Amino acid sequence: MDMDYTATQSVSRQHPETRSTSMDGTDPSQLFDDTSVAPGGQPTGFQGQGVGTMGHPGRTLLSDPMSNLAMAYGSSLASQGKDLVDKNLDRFLPISKLKYYFAVDTVYVGKKLGLLVFPYMHQNWEVSYQQDTPVAPRFDINAPDLYIPAMGFITYILVAGLALGTQNRFTPEILGMQASSALVWLIMEVLVVLLSLYLVTVNTDLTTIDLVAFSGYKYVGMIVGVVAGLLFGRTGYYLTLLWCCISIFVFMIRTLRLKLLSEAAAQGVLVHGARNQLRMYLTMSIAAAQPIFMYWLTYHLVR
Amino acid sequence: MAFTLYSLIQAVILCVNAVAVLHEERFLSKIGWGVDQSIGGFGDEPGIKVQLMNLVRSVRTVMRVPLIAVNSVCIVLLLLFG
Repeated sequence: MDMDYTATQSVSRQHPETRSTSMDGTDPSQLFDDTSVAPGGQPTGFQGQGVGTMGHPGRTLLSDPMSNLAMAYGSSLASQGKDLVDKNLDRFLPISKLKYYFAVDTVYVGKKLGLLVFPYMHQNWEVSYQQDTPVAPRFDINAPDLYIPAMGFITYILVAGLALGTQNRFTPEILGMQASSALVWLIMEVLVVLLSLYLVTVNTDLTTIDLVAFSGYKYVGMIVGVVAGLLFGRTGYYLTLLWCCISIFVFMIRTLRLKLLSEAAAQGVLVHGARNQLRMYLTMSIAAAQPIFMYWLTYHLVR
Repeated sequence: MAFTLYSLIQAVILCVNAVAVLHEERFLSKIGWGVDQSIGGFGDEPGIKVQLMNLVRSVRTVMRVPLIAVNSVCIVLLLLFG
């Protein structure tokens, strides 16, 4: 027991600077308030406890008082490191804002997927608010989320690999190339939309993450088109892609109309003025870019 | 069609370099895109041209110094790895 005690003490002496500030700073060489008064007397008590609780005859890892101390040290050091990482990561990636976009449930996902391929019956496209903050997607079907775009992206890559495999063109590198191509197109689309929103000086509450979410909704249509192309050949692919393109077009127009246009124009009243016209053109071109991308990213998969 | 993230980064660096080399008094003022010509119109509609001029000016102001570092890194990487 004595050598274990000195071993722990030498370990503690190696890290005095990290511990002395948090633990008792009076005696940096001693890590903890030392409860083992006599090295000879204490371990037998712990030994007895170890036998009683675990039923092991010898000294096990958890009943050893020194490794108890080491475990406590390690866990508090780990929680310190975790706090540091969380604080620094929150500066670059707004984690709390991202959590809002993933607050979905099965009912929302099902309804949203149905809305993406059949948006014609839905009447109320407004995002509901709750005391000036948007309601979580779980409770409002019109709210954008990031779950469907993220899952859609991954599924698109897998389906692309499948489609290329049926044409005997599959290599593992192609999966990475497809992934980075689609990601690059997504980033470019979001950047162009951001630039055009800045140039037209639209006062909107669309954040960058909202734009990423809206751009990611087209992956659903792409997947449906490619799967139909795999099952039914080129005719099925073209028909399904046409249907999904029109659906995404209508979906984007109806969603963006409320966010980008002014109040009067969003009601359907024809408002004249160069600025409103420009906003209408912007909405139309954002919505029209979706079918173009859908065709561009999938036509090489179906032969 | 085979884009990689690296080609996107290269394209972005080239575009930002192109915006950064536009000289204020030799070029931008000559074509009417200078700083002094953008402070007009105190209404709520700056217009696309004024927004573009503001964007060019702000990109040049902000990205001058980081571009030096980014370009140096890019040159070294291209020399080493082709």
